[in-house]
Amino acid sequence: MFEWLGITPQGLYGQLLVGLINGSFYATLSLGLAVIFGLLNIVNFTHGAQYMMGAFVAWMGLTYFGINYWWSLILAPLVVGVVGIILELTLLRRLYQMDHLYGLLLTFGLALIIEGGFRQAFGISGERYEIPEALTGATNLGFMYLPNYRAWVIAASLVVCFLAWFVIERTKLGAYLRAGTENPKLLQAFGVNVPVLVTLTYGFGAALAGFAGVLAAPIFQVNPVMGSNLLIVVFAVVVIGGLGSIMGSILTGLGLGLIEGLTKVFYPEGSSVVIFVIMAIILLIRPAGLFGKEK
Amino acid sequence: MKLSKTAIGFVVLIAAGLLAPFVVYPVFLMKALCFALFACAFNLLLGYTGLLSFGHAAFFGSAAYVTGYVITQLGFPVELGILTGTVFSLGLGALFGGLAIRRQGIYFAMITLALAQMVFFLCLQIKATGGEDGLQGIPRGFLLGFIDLSDTLNMYYFVLGIFLFGFFLIYRVVHSPFGQVLKAIRENEPRAVSLGYDADRHKWLAFILSAGLSGLAGATKSVVFQLASLTDVHWGMSGEVVLMALVGGVGTLFGPVVGAFAISTMENYLAGFGSWVTIIMGVVFVACVLVFRKGIVGELNTLIKR
Repeated sequence: MFEWLGITPQGLYGQLLVGLINGSFYATLSLGLAVIFGLLNIVNFTHGAQYMMGAFVAWMGLTYFGINYWWSLILAPLVVGVVGIILELTLLRRLYQMDHLYGLLLTFGLALIIEGGFRQAFGISGERYEIPEALTGATNLGFMYLPNYRAWVIAASLVVCFLAWFVIERTKLGAYLRAGTENPKLLQAFGVNVPVLVTLTYGFGAALAGFAGVLAAPIFQVNPVMGSNLLIVVFAVVVIGGLGSIMGSILTGLGLGLIEGLTKVFYPEGSSVVIFVIMAIILLIRPAGLFGKEK
Repeated sequence: MKLSKTAIGFVVLIAAGLLAPFVVYPVFLMKALCFALFACAFNLLLGYTGLLSFGHAAFFGSAAYVTGYVITQLGFPVELGILTGTVFSLGLGALFGGLAIRRQGIYFAMITLALAQMVFFLCLQIKATGGEDGLQGIPRGFLLGFIDLSDTLNMYYFVLGIFLFGFFLIYRVVHSPFGQVLKAIRENEPRAVSLGYDADRHKWLAFILSAGLSGLAGATKSVVFQLASLTDVHWGMSGEVVLMALVGGVGTLFGPVVGAFAISTMENYLAGFGSWVTIIMGVVFVACVLVFRKGIVGELNTLIKR
């Protein structure tokens, strides 16, 4: 189709697949940011560090205790979520009455501490995490070979994103959550324990980041700085999509991943900045973001 | 009373600046002065306008690159090189500021961070910036054609002059009617708008000014260390300048200067301890946000008022 540009169909599909994988990470992470922002009104700068922690917990589990990938997929998010809950109870809680910017600065400081700690302990060269045996190899789709693990990553993150959307938009618990976003005081007056809800929400958001980290571990190197660079892109995704809507975060994340993949095919030099350029354009034509509401 | 306190502060600052190189290692002083100007410029935005930019490294770093490039490649004299870098960051500030002020609060912080990351990637890829190596060996040259800046003391007083110029400019801006409007916007934007002030225009101008002065600091830094590198445009640098302003006291005139010297000193002592610098910076961040929100100068001011 694009042979005249020197682009093979295999190359195109390959990059689209990479884009889809990046997009599922963007979607999972921006979903977590949106959930946390909705109830706590803070932008969780620690999100990248929590993603990195997920990957490291999985790697440490395998290396030191022989815990396999599938158990890590459950255990690592739990560990990251519990650490998140402790942070919320001891530190974040003190700032809710203050300007939202303080929450951002606090979580930025926490991210520095976590990232610096891991860098001090493990260096910056990164560790390899093998693909679990059941998911090695690739499937022939006729037009391309699809590595099984990559297919699994896309499927798993889409399922998790959809589950999160379902819980928030279609269940009683989700209704409390949305009510808490709208008016926490009134919700408290109805007898719902809002502080516990807030704590659990933060834990859930952190666990979601940890889950993405485990998924990412076999694809990218497990590296102390893997989270911070990704997080900045996710911030741009969030600005484009707006933090208001769960489905919006998922769709924006996936879409931007695909656009990034396409850019890698047609104009490789621009692939690292394309999301930021799109953000600038969106700010010009629709300042509130694609799914956002102007306050 | 307040005026005389500021006047005393100015006299102390100038006297200390003139005498310091005979007591403290001048290269360290120059570094700290560059960061002090950077932090003051940042504080103009956060402290006096209430806008938290998380992407000021873009202005600091890109001015360093532009200055380094025009001096080494095009043979510009040093003062013209610094001017070019500053003008470049003014332009970049106009562009980024125009985009970022379209959103408020935390979105503003995220947008500036994302735009700065774009600059980082551009600096990584463009040939003119030297990629991972950065621009090395930028000659200091001769100021006005006859003052040899490779002499450390000459260079120091040149840097001190630039710092005092920037600092005094910020002082004048903050205490001008324009500065009063900025403070009004910080306190209550809808009210400032209802009084007939164009808030967006004021925020934009403050952003441009802050970006330009950050650029001046970065350009000077590249001449002092004869180096422009990716560290200068990295998000870590944006975080560092936030920390300097926070430690010294956001919204105070002298706070960022104190903060810049404190953080630079800390980095100097911890330089050999690897990632501990990052960890300790994180701890200081957390401590400042939780228990020490006024910063050093802010706390001193409350003590004096008592």
